[in-house]
Amino acid sequence: MAQNDTLIKGWQPVIGLEVHVQLMTNTKLFSPAKNQFGEDANTLVDLIDLGLPGVLPVLNEGAMKQGIKFGLATNAKIAETMIFDRKNYFYPDLPKGYQITQLHYPIVRDGVVMVNGKKIRIHQAHLEEDAGKSMHDKYDDKSVIDLNRSGVPLLEIVSEPDIRSASEAVNYLKKIHQIITYLDISDGNMSQGSMRCDANVSIMKPEDKEFGTRAEIKNINSFKFVEKAINFEIKRQIKILEANGTVEQETRLYDSIKDETRSMRTKEFANDYRYFPCPDLVPTNITEELIESVKENMDELPEEKQDRFMSSYNLNEYDAGVICADKETANFFEKVVENADVQLAAKWIIGDLNALLNKHDMDLQESRIDAENFSELIQKITDNTISGKIAKEVLEEIWNTGAKVSEVIDSKGMQQISDAGELDNTIEIILNENTDQVNAYKSGKDKLFGFFVGQVMKATQGKANPRLVNELLKKKLS
Amino acid sequence: MNFKQQRDNFRAKKISAVEAVEESLRKIKDDQLNIFINHFEQEALSNAMHIDNNFDDFIAKPLSGVPIAHKDIFCTEGLPTTCGSKMLENFIPPYDSTVVKNCLDAGSIMVAKTNMDEFAMGSSNETSYFGAVSNPWNHDLVPGGSSGGAAACVSANLTTISTGTDTGGSIRQPAALCGITGLKPTYGLVSRWGMIAFCSSMDQAGPFSRDAFGCAALLDAMASYDEKDSTSTKRQDINFEESLSKNFGSLKVGVIKNIQELDISEDVINAYETSKTVLTGLGHKLVEVDFSELSSGICSYYVIAPAECSSNLSRFDGVKYGYRSKGEKDIANLYMNTRSDGFGDEVKKRILIGTHVLSAGFYDAYYLQAQKVRRMIKLKFENFFKDVDLIFMPTTLDQAFEKNRKSDDPNRMYKEDLLTIPANLAGLPAISFPNGFKNNLPIAGQLIGKYFAEDLLLNTTNKIQEVTDWHKMTP
Repeated sequence: MAQNDTLIKGWQPVIGLEVHVQLMTNTKLFSPAKNQFGEDANTLVDLIDLGLPGVLPVLNEGAMKQGIKFGLATNAKIAETMIFDRKNYFYPDLPKGYQITQLHYPIVRDGVVMVNGKKIRIHQAHLEEDAGKSMHDKYDDKSVIDLNRSGVPLLEIVSEPDIRSASEAVNYLKKIHQIITYLDISDGNMSQGSMRCDANVSIMKPEDKEFGTRAEIKNINSFKFVEKAINFEIKRQIKILEANGTVEQETRLYDSIKDETRSMRTKEFANDYRYFPCPDLVPTNITEELIESVKENMDELPEEKQDRFMSSYNLNEYDAGVICADKETANFFEKVVENADVQLAAKWIIGDLNALLNKHDMDLQESRIDAENFSELIQKITDNTISGKIAKEVLEEIWNTGAKVSEVIDSKGMQQISDAGELDNTIEIILNENTDQVNAYKSGKDKLFGFFVGQVMKATQGKANPRLVNELLKKKLS
Repeated sequence: MNFKQQRDNFRAKKISAVEAVEESLRKIKDDQLNIFINHFEQEALSNAMHIDNNFDDFIAKPLSGVPIAHKDIFCTEGLPTTCGSKMLENFIPPYDSTVVKNCLDAGSIMVAKTNMDEFAMGSSNETSYFGAVSNPWNHDLVPGGSSGGAAACVSANLTTISTGTDTGGSIRQPAALCGITGLKPTYGLVSRWGMIAFCSSMDQAGPFSRDAFGCAALLDAMASYDEKDSTSTKRQDINFEESLSKNFGSLKVGVIKNIQELDISEDVINAYETSKTVLTGLGHKLVEVDFSELSSGICSYYVIAPAECSSNLSRFDGVKYGYRSKGEKDIANLYMNTRSDGFGDEVKKRILIGTHVLSAGFYDAYYLQAQKVRRMIKLKFENFFKDVDLIFMPTTLDQAFEKNRKSDDPNRMYKEDLLTIPANLAGLPAISFPNGFKNNLPIAGQLIGKYFAEDLLLNTTNKIQEVTDWHKMTP
C-alpha cells in the first residue's frame, strides 16, 4: 500500500463512517405525520409516532424511492427484497421501545464513491426511523421530549473502513453531501441535524495484517468537527499504543468545546439490541420496474454535470469541478450564463462570489445574490459599462443590499468613462502635475507607466476604461 | 335466542335496537360471572337510537340492530381499553380499532367490553388484572382464555355475538370450553389496526356466536382490507353468510391418525369419533393424517410469541400513557417500577422469556430455530392440503378445568394450546364448534382449512349444525 503520506508517527489510521441522512419526504417513514424541521414541539405527531397501543406502521414509498436513488447514484446493489427489523432499547424519546431499521436485508449494499480519484466502498445504506429529541437543559427539574423528529426517515450510509485520514474522511463526507443534495433526497444540513456522522477509528502499523481495535465516535455535526474528532482520536490511540497500552472497543463522544473525545460506554456495557424482523411489516419487494421508473426521474449526478459543463460550456476541468461541487452553484451558473459570457461568469463565481460566501459562511440560497442580477453584473463588465474593479464594488453592494445591478451603477454614477475627450483632459492635468515623472519616463523608466495609469484611475474614482487609458497615455507619452 | 332470530326480529321491526340493547344491558348489569371490564349504557343507547332512527340505512347490514360485546383488546375511541391489565386501567384511546369501526358500520351496537387474560396471555382468563371469569356452565370452572369473557358472554346469552382474538387458540379454546362457535380467520383477513398487539405475526381477530351463522355474519362485518395494516390482505370480498348455503360437495377431511397418543381425554375422543360419523353422514370422505410432528409447534410458539411480546410491550414504560409508578427520581427506576407494578406475573414471565430468546448468544438457538420449526409446520400443512380439503381435530385436550388448578404447573397450562397453536403458526383459518357433552360440560372439535377458506369452514360447520344440536345447548 503506497499511502505512506497518511501515516502519522508511523501509524496508519483506518476510518469508516456511518452517515445518517434525513430524507426529504412529505410524511414520516411509517406514519402520515408531516416531515418538517423547525415546527413547534410535538405538533407533527401522529398516533403511530406516539407508539400508542395497537397502531401499526405503513412504509412510506417515497422514502424507499429515495433510498433506491442513492443506490443508483453509488453503483450499488438494490435489494430485491428488503426487510425491516426492530432494534429494541428503552429511551423516553423512543416511544415504541424499539426503532424500526434494516439489519440483514438493507435497501442498498455494495456501493462505491470516488473521492479525489480513490474508491471508497459503501458497505450498505439502510432505511430507518429517527428518534424524538430529549432536552435536558430546558427546565431545571425536568427533561422534556419533542417527538416531531420521531419517525422521520433516515438513510444510514455505512462505508467500508477504506478511509485513511481525517481529511479523507471529510472529503468522503463532502462527497456524500454532494450526492444527496444532487439527488434532492436530503438538504444535508449538518447544523440542523439532517446529516449526522459517526466515525469508527482505529490505527495499525503499515505492516500489520489486521486492523486495530476501533472506537466509535458518535454524532459529529460538522465537517470541521469530523476532522478534529478523528485527529484527536488518532492521537489518543497512538499515545495509548506507544505506551504499550490497549485501545478499548468503545463508544466515544466528541466534545467540540474542549476538542476531545470522551468515553460514553465500553463494550461490556454495550446495549444488546435484540434485533429481530419487524412482524408488522412484510418483506418489501423492489421490482425492476420500480427501479427503472426511479432511474428515469433521477436528476443529473455531479460527474455527469461536470462532464456536460466541460463539453457544452467549454469550461476547463478545474472550473467545472468547482462550479459543480454543489448543485446550487451549478444551477446558479446555468442561469447566469443564459445571458452572460461563460468564461467571465465562471471566473467571477469561482473567485469573488465564492470568496464572499466563504467570508460570510453562507450558501447561495441564504445570500441576497440571485442569478438574474449576477448575470447583469457580468454583462455590464462585458459591455464595458463598468470595469472589473468597479464590478467588485457593485458586487459588495448587491451582496449587502440586494439592490439591482443597474440601479447601483446608475445611482452611484459608476459607469465607466469611455469618452476619449473626457479622459484626455484628465490625463493632460495629471501629466502637467507630474512633470518630473514624465521626464523620468521619457528617459527610459518604463515602469512609471503604471504610476500614470494609477493616477488616472484615482482621479476618475476607478471609472476610467482601463484599455482606453492605456491607449491615450501611450499616445501622449510617446 | 340466537343471532339470526335477534337480527330477524330487528329487521321485522318486532324489536327495536334500543330494546335489544336495553335487554342486553339489563343482563350485563346482573352478570355474576365477571364477564365484563366495562359496559357503556349511554353510548350504546344513543347508538341504538341512531340505528332505529335510520332503520332503512341499516336493515341490510350484516349485524343490523344487534348488540355486541368487544374483547377489551380492541381500542375504542373515547372509551376505556384495558387489555386486562393494570398498565392500561385508565387508558382511553383517541382512536377506534378497525374491527370496532367495521362492526359499528355493520349496524351492531357495542354494549360492553369483555374480560380477558392480561394482554391476551393465558388460557384460563385468570391472568386478568380484573379477576377471573367464571364458566357459565359451572362457576367453579374457567371459561378458557384469553378471550374468556367474550366466549362466556355469548354462552350465557348476554349478547348473541362477540369479538375475540386468537394468537395461540384464544378464540377456539374458550369457545370450546363455553360450548359456542368461534372462528380464527386466516392471518391477514381481519385488520389488526387498533388491536393491542401480543404476538403480531400470529394475532388475528375473529367472531364468536352460538353457531356458524352468527360467526359468518360477524366475519362479514369484521373482515376488510385495511391499508393501515401492512399485513392485511387485499382480496376479493367473500360474503360468508351467503356462502353458508353454497354446495361445496363431498369433501376430503383429514382426521388424526393415532389420536390416543396425544394425551387427549376419553370424553373428547368419544365426541371426536361421533363427529367423524356425522361428517361421513354428510357425504364427506375421511383421510387419516399424521399429526405427530405438529406437536413440536408448541415449543416454537412459546419462543416466538414471547419474543414478539417482549418487544410489543416495550412501549408500556410509564412515560407517555398508562400506569406510571409514583415519585421516581430517575428514568431507570421509573421504567423498572412502572413495569414491575403495572404488569402481572404471566406477562412479566413472557417478557423475560422473550427478552432472553432474542438476546445475543441465544437468538440462533431459540428464535431462529423456532422460526425454522414454524416454517416446517407451514410446509407440513401445505402437504396435508394436497390430499385433503379440511382437517378435523379436537379443539382441546379436555373439558373446562377448575380455577387455580394448574397455576403451579405452567407447562401443563401451556399444553392446553397444543391442538390450537399449529393453525396460528401456519396462519391458517380454523373454526371450533361444540360437538359433545359430558358432565353437563361442552366438548368441541375444530376444522382447519386452507388459506382464506373461511367460507368452506363456515359452510361445513353450518351443515354439521343443521344435523346436530350441540350448539343449541345453553347453560
